[in-house]
Amino acid sequence: MINEIKITKRKKRSQAIAFWIFRLLSYSIVAILFIILSFIIFKGASVINWNFITQMPEEGMTKGGIYPAIIGTLCLVAGSMIFAFPIGVLAAIYMNEYVKDGIIKRIIKQMTNNLAGIPSIVFGLFGMSLFVNKLHFGDSILAGSLTLGLLALPVVIRTTEEALKAVDNTFRQASLGLGASKWQTTSKVVIPIAFPNIITGLILSIGRVSGETAPILFTVAAYFLPKLPTSIFDQAMALPYHLYVISTSGTNIEASRPIAYGTALVLIIIVLIANLLANGLRKYFGKKVKMN
Amino acid sequence: MYKIESKNVDFFYGPSQALKNINIAIRANTVTALIGPSGCGKSTYLRLFNRMNDLIDNIKLSGQVLIEGEDIYGRGINVDSLRKNVGMVFQKANPFPKSIFENVAYGLRVNGITDKKIIEERVETSIKQVVLWEEVKDKLKKSAFELSGGQQQRLCIARALAIHPSIILMDEPTSALDPISTAKVEELIYELKTKYTIVIVTHNMQQAGRVSDRTAFFYLGELIEYDETKTLFTKPKEERTQNYITGRFG
Amino acid sequence: MKTFYKKFSERFIEGLLMLSSSITSLTVVLIVVFLFKEGIGLFNQKPVEPGYVITINKSNKVKELSSAQIKNIYDQKITHWSEVGGTHDSIVLFQLEDIGNYYSDEQIGDNMQNLSYCLNRLVDSLPNIIAFFPDKYLAKDFKGTILEVDKVSLTDFFAGKEWIPTAKPSAQLGVLPLILGTLWVSLGAILLALPLGLAAAVYMSEIANDKVRRIMKPLIELLAGIPSVVYGFFGLVIIVPLIQKTFNLPVGETGLAGSIVLGIMALPTIITISEDAMRNTPRAMKEASLALGASKWQTIYKVIIPYSISGISAGAILGIGRAIGETMAVLMVTGNAAVIPHTILAPVRTIPATIAAELGETSNGGLHYKALFALGCILFLITLFINLTVEFISNRKKHNKH
Repeated sequence: MINEIKITKRKKRSQAIAFWIFRLLSYSIVAILFIILSFIIFKGASVINWNFITQMPEEGMTKGGIYPAIIGTLCLVAGSMIFAFPIGVLAAIYMNEYVKDGIIKRIIKQMTNNLAGIPSIVFGLFGMSLFVNKLHFGDSILAGSLTLGLLALPVVIRTTEEALKAVDNTFRQASLGLGASKWQTTSKVVIPIAFPNIITGLILSIGRVSGETAPILFTVAAYFLPKLPTSIFDQAMALPYHLYVISTSGTNIEASRPIAYGTALVLIIIVLIANLLANGLRKYFGKKVKMN
Repeated sequence: MYKIESKNVDFFYGPSQALKNINIAIRANTVTALIGPSGCGKSTYLRLFNRMNDLIDNIKLSGQVLIEGEDIYGRGINVDSLRKNVGMVFQKANPFPKSIFENVAYGLRVNGITDKKIIEERVETSIKQVVLWEEVKDKLKKSAFELSGGQQQRLCIARALAIHPSIILMDEPTSALDPISTAKVEELIYELKTKYTIVIVTHNMQQAGRVSDRTAFFYLGELIEYDETKTLFTKPKEERTQNYITGRFG
Repeated sequence: MKTFYKKFSERFIEGLLMLSSSITSLTVVLIVVFLFKEGIGLFNQKPVEPGYVITINKSNKVKELSSAQIKNIYDQKITHWSEVGGTHDSIVLFQLEDIGNYYSDEQIGDNMQNLSYCLNRLVDSLPNIIAFFPDKYLAKDFKGTILEVDKVSLTDFFAGKEWIPTAKPSAQLGVLPLILGTLWVSLGAILLALPLGLAAAVYMSEIANDKVRRIMKPLIELLAGIPSVVYGFFGLVIIVPLIQKTFNLPVGETGLAGSIVLGIMALPTIITISEDAMRNTPRAMKEASLALGASKWQTIYKVIIPYSISGISAGAILGIGRAIGETMAVLMVTGNAAVIPHTILAPVRTIPATIAAELGETSNGGLHYKALFALGCILFLITLFINLTVEFISNRKKHNKH
């Protein structure tokens, strides 16, 4: 009996220690996140103001703003999404609504997974050799957008597929039972129900694309370009590349540090907004669906 | 003194009440069957005795559950020790993805027994108790998943016996088994009665009739009737019991 | 007519959908084609810059030199012909800019019209010379031997210990330091991230209550959403100086800095996937363990972790994959020295960082360009292998479920 009490005590103690360690390690991860965020927010907040986001870079990118980089990133995000979003959604519809389980579906799935696993720098290489060189787009917003779009494609497909999967089958059966065709069912019943989740996926891919650097290094990004792009065949600056340049190889790295903090903060803000928006949408529509 | 007693037990999952004012007293070395249609609360009730319901969030219990006179939901109760004393056999055989030997040894190891000899001895006696020894003695190192469903369930009973509980809870232990395996398990229950107090949830009324000394009939979270098995099946006092055992609902 | 139209449009739409879903497969195929076409093209090229020749005196017995030998000769690590299969004489190095040591400007002529004549005489007169110059200055009656330089070979590429793609006269394209650099940094990252990530996964799936979990989940997602340049920047301004100070190093840009940054970046992958795996442990398994008197902690390490081990390893492997393929953050904090790493406190260079740092300086289709594509191929194959391994592990798991 005494022995048993001892053992029980030991069990209790080892559990307490283990749980304590796990809690500590988990909280330390949260702490890391907060250190990164607060550091960049703290350092960047004093830099960001209206002029910073609306002015051209000056004096070898040590002064002035990051306006062209913001515009460039907006162009790239828009361009890549114009390409990836419709194709991704259509592909996901095909995978989830049309094709039956079997070899074709397996192949497409496998290929999409493989594409998702390819490192972003390889996308950069590919984009350079296909879009820039082979198709003679040159370093351009078009080439960069297409490269980024291909990178975002698996993300869009995956999130859309999940959104479609979450639609209850009874809706489909009800629609088909009323004599609607497959496409009518998909477009009039399934997609509207899945729509909020599809949009959530879109927002998340925007967050992802806006921060990607490696794919745009050799397809679009300009080191310094104090004018706005006028066509899709122009080069452009972009926020992540700008941050990379001014923090590693600018003309005067120390002098451009404040600009770097500001740029990092703008990037973080984009990601934060995308995440908050996506989570908010998820929660809002999650509740709504449940209430129905 | 009763082995198990529940006094005015109410139990809630969130806002919905699963058990209403249950009072039952169970004597040592008896088999008690809990019967009733699915969703009537009999499994929930069974799981009160080893505090298995604790795993679920948002539950509430009022009233008392006493084992050997001690309130198992009281202060200072160590749940691990309680569960060591109250073994459980589940609806579906759930051996661990380990060897046959390690499955039975698991309970010993987690309860701090490290002596190899004692472990081997106890594993052997437990497997013999469930009449499985002859079938598995040559493949103790093989995965437990290689056994048939019936063998797996007997192994799970052996696993529960190895740590020397005084009470064994069985949650529909034969519902996933074929008739021959079922018969073997029932026979086993009958033999185990001499050493253990057994509470068994079952869907099968014949089974309740065959193995139990007393039977409790649950309906919609209420205990409708609790009596000697023979009496309950032949002369039920309540009409609802009568209807259930004659198969008019459930 | 109406049904015909309906039927036709249905078909049309289905075709469109099918086309869209084939884009990913098409892209993968195209990536393979483009990458490997350029990458494999490397092995059809000589490491000497096109338009240049390496020549020796006719009396010299040496007929062939490997690219490493040429480099060592010009680095004066090889100083005697005997070391490469010739006579015991010491080697006389010659590059075009050395011409002034042998001939006056007048002899060469104002427009270099006599240069090829001079070079011809020079090579002919010095028995131990090795001369490197553009082939347009090769005289018609050249009296020396033009050395055969081996094409870039697979062994040179994979076993070569030096990566100096711009070296003259012969580029050094050994990827060993890059591969080892990549593996070191990724391994270090996973060693840091795995304990942390696993702990968080266990905590979130088994220990924390619902409220804590609901807070932590989006935070982990946020960690995954931060762009890699921002991680790189953070590493550069915080971790790099910290390492430099702590270990009293000349530079803080080290393999360790890369491992730390990559470790943080690999955390979300490891956490999400292993948490999912643990959460998928059947309830019956947990209950069986608890019912035998095991504590929660015993149940975690004796039942839940073994049961979900394949999911956990899938998470770890994917984490390594992320780390191997990560470019910007590594590029910014590892110092990018293309030498075989001997300590984590020295600068290293990874494959992706090399591509990112050097591709901008290459000429389209040249040797260096192709070498970087070959690196891309290696990277592609590594990540493909990792993906397939993960697929294999999780498929095996599905079959095992009884």
